[in-house]
Amino acid sequence: MSSAENNTASSWLNSDRRRLILQEYGIFFAFLLLVGVLALSNEFFLTPGNISNVLLQTSINGVLAIGMTFVILTRGIDLSVGSVVALAGMVSASFVTSSATAGIAGAPYPMVVALAVGILVGVACGALVGFIVSRFSVPAFVATLGMLSAARGATLIYGGGKPVPGLSPEFRWIGTGNILGIPMPVILLALVFGVSWWVLTRTRFGRYIYAVGGNPHAAKTSGLNVTRIRFMVYVISGALSGLAGMILSARTGSALPQAGIAYELDAIAAVVIGGTSLSGGVGRVTGTLIGALIIGVMNNGLDLMGIQSYYQQVLKGALIVGAVMLDQKRNQGL
Amino acid sequence: MQPLLKVEGLKKSFGGVAALRDGRFELEAGSVHALCGGNGAGKSTFLSILMGIHKRDGGTILHRGNPVEFANPAEALRSGIAIIEQELSPVPHMTVAENIYLGREPSARFGGIDFKTMNRNAQSLLDRLEFSISATQYMMNLSVAQMQLVEIAKALSHEADVIFMDEPTSAIGEKEAQHLFSAIQRLKAEGKGIVYVSHRLSEIFQIADSYTVFRDGGFVGAGKLADIDRPGLIRMIVGRDLGEEYIKTNTPTEIAGLEVSGLSAPGKIDDISFTARKGEIFGIYGLMGSGRTEIFNCLFGMDRPSAGDIRLDGQAVTIRQPSDAMAEGIAFVTEDRKVTGLNLTDSVRNNICLASLPEMSPAFVMRKSEEQAASADMIARFAIKAARDTMPVSGLSGGNQQKVVLGKWFQRQPRVLLLDEPTRGVDVGAKREIYRIICDFAAAGGTVVMISSEIDEILGMSDRILVMRQGRSAGIHDRRQTDAQSLVHLST
Repeated sequence: MSSAENNTASSWLNSDRRRLILQEYGIFFAFLLLVGVLALSNEFFLTPGNISNVLLQTSINGVLAIGMTFVILTRGIDLSVGSVVALAGMVSASFVTSSATAGIAGAPYPMVVALAVGILVGVACGALVGFIVSRFSVPAFVATLGMLSAARGATLIYGGGKPVPGLSPEFRWIGTGNILGIPMPVILLALVFGVSWWVLTRTRFGRYIYAVGGNPHAAKTSGLNVTRIRFMVYVISGALSGLAGMILSARTGSALPQAGIAYELDAIAAVVIGGTSLSGGVGRVTGTLIGALIIGVMNNGLDLMGIQSYYQQVLKGALIVGAVMLDQKRNQGL
Repeated sequence: MQPLLKVEGLKKSFGGVAALRDGRFELEAGSVHALCGGNGAGKSTFLSILMGIHKRDGGTILHRGNPVEFANPAEALRSGIAIIEQELSPVPHMTVAENIYLGREPSARFGGIDFKTMNRNAQSLLDRLEFSISATQYMMNLSVAQMQLVEIAKALSHEADVIFMDEPTSAIGEKEAQHLFSAIQRLKAEGKGIVYVSHRLSEIFQIADSYTVFRDGGFVGAGKLADIDRPGLIRMIVGRDLGEEYIKTNTPTEIAGLEVSGLSAPGKIDDISFTARKGEIFGIYGLMGSGRTEIFNCLFGMDRPSAGDIRLDGQAVTIRQPSDAMAEGIAFVTEDRKVTGLNLTDSVRNNICLASLPEMSPAFVMRKSEEQAASADMIARFAIKAARDTMPVSGLSGGNQQKVVLGKWFQRQPRVLLLDEPTRGVDVGAKREIYRIICDFAAAGGTVVMISSEIDEILGMSDRILVMRQGRSAGIHDRRQTDAQSLVHLST
């Protein structure tokens, strides 16, 4: 930091405080800026219908990215979320389908049963990965890469490679229904966000997650059960992947074996754009939510401007790298 | 005679805060010069300017009478100024020779590397310096002390005549340190100038010819070590009279606090027995790798001993994991605060509370007010200097970081304090405060077991001393009936 910069900074706020504000809210300002630019360039962007649409499109990635935040905070990564989305969506769908061939005996069951089954499938996948990572010290990248492949295979085996159609209207309500005009997926995202924010900022378990990610050795010498905390974050990510899988199949009305392919990349992108460090211990779930919203708003805005989706991918790539570059600069001091 | 290196009026500020106001230094050829000062005295800034890592704001540097300015460490090295850093960063999967000639490998035909010449040159260099290291060994198989010697060889392969050594003995044992010192003597005999930076005063008096003291970013004084005594040097470093370096205020009782008998862990420690009494500071002295830290690891549940009993206040206890030890009232200040003691990215407050969260917040939700109170209490009790307790602990000086670690454990009101190198990398002033904290704890009836590789510290602080050698006990000695020579002798 040069002294000239410092002087100009102290004229409105001292540099320490300015840095703090930028660290806390920098990503939020970027989001507002993006929204402002899009609102000015397209009059349709800020209409209630479109806002609802953006939130709906963000909800699945948002739920996955929040689970991913827990994992990345402990220096881990979960590449398996996309495949778990497909498996949980497929298994839960088989409980609520009216199709005679795709359903299991006795289907359709009530929605609650399918919900429990879907979450359980996610929890089981997460628990297996968590067990392997925490007990056998297998790198998370490898363990979840294995699960990425295995869960996709399991999905194809379970459904015989075919979709499960004809889901019960009761189940479809999770994806298509609304309460007071707010779409159900958005409500679920808000719930997941609220609980996660509370866990990470207000509870002991949340503090443990930051401690394990910040310095696992120090956490261990301070008497924390590092193995169990590592295990738990994969279970959380798995459970949220299960939920996301059900929202997806409920929205589309049928569970597809190729659902959720490459979803892990968008989830990681949202976490990274949101300012969570891949080296663990630093980050916030609020940032992740805004990261997911930035991706959603950008895709929507480019759609509205009539820009091809191929270009959207290039822009998203630039956004991810740019966000981390800014982050690095910010951490070196302003 | 023209000095090898002459620095005058060196200035540097970071963000309007002066880190170095008036850096002055004069190094003679064929001498060892100690650069002394507490944490924050400006030594690191001084070194980083000379190495070309930071740009100076003002002042002159004359190397052999010529003004110099370096834009990066490579330029400094090319002109003959090398640094052996505190934390070495060799390429582990390369050989010694490859590390020495990294980036300047002799070429063979077709653009390949002439490994034969490279290995031969490296070996002859190592042999000339009488370092018994093979040039074709892999770097990762060397000890820290051997890696330092390779760094020295690398510096000499660049024809360096000024060599800075930043805390070179902080990670090596007494015996290896003596090897390093004889290497320094040989460099001196070849006419090189060595700048030795260390907090360990006994080393400075053993190895250095002259000294320069910095305090609060400014030059305080310089001279020959032959003309100053230890208290005099301490007074210059801290700026006031500290009186006795080690003041013991505790008196051991006859009540056993921690009894250890027959503690063994295969390949690490064998049949260790001792009793530390209430009110006693029980010292453990030994070289790196002698099994001293492994004793603590077994006592604290980090390692599982294969045999042995542990009794606390006469009661047998079973410890399987750190939380068991903590429940019994044992606290463990680990050897390396950055690696195992602190979560550097987290705040001072959260680090202080880290080991007490279940007690402070019995329900799932945390109680912020209790955490605030605990951290305020520890900051006041140990005089921790932090702008606010929500700042990251990485921004504190070494001494204050160590006090945060102590605060984390004192928050649990332990019965037994296990201290592994409690003052490593801490300046003289902060050391004194840490000694006071330890003594107060023992004087109040606590049991302290302290590992140190600093012989003065172990003799100055401990009531009795257990000497470790190759995983076994080499006897327990009363502080009044032993001295530095016999401890070093027993430990090797």
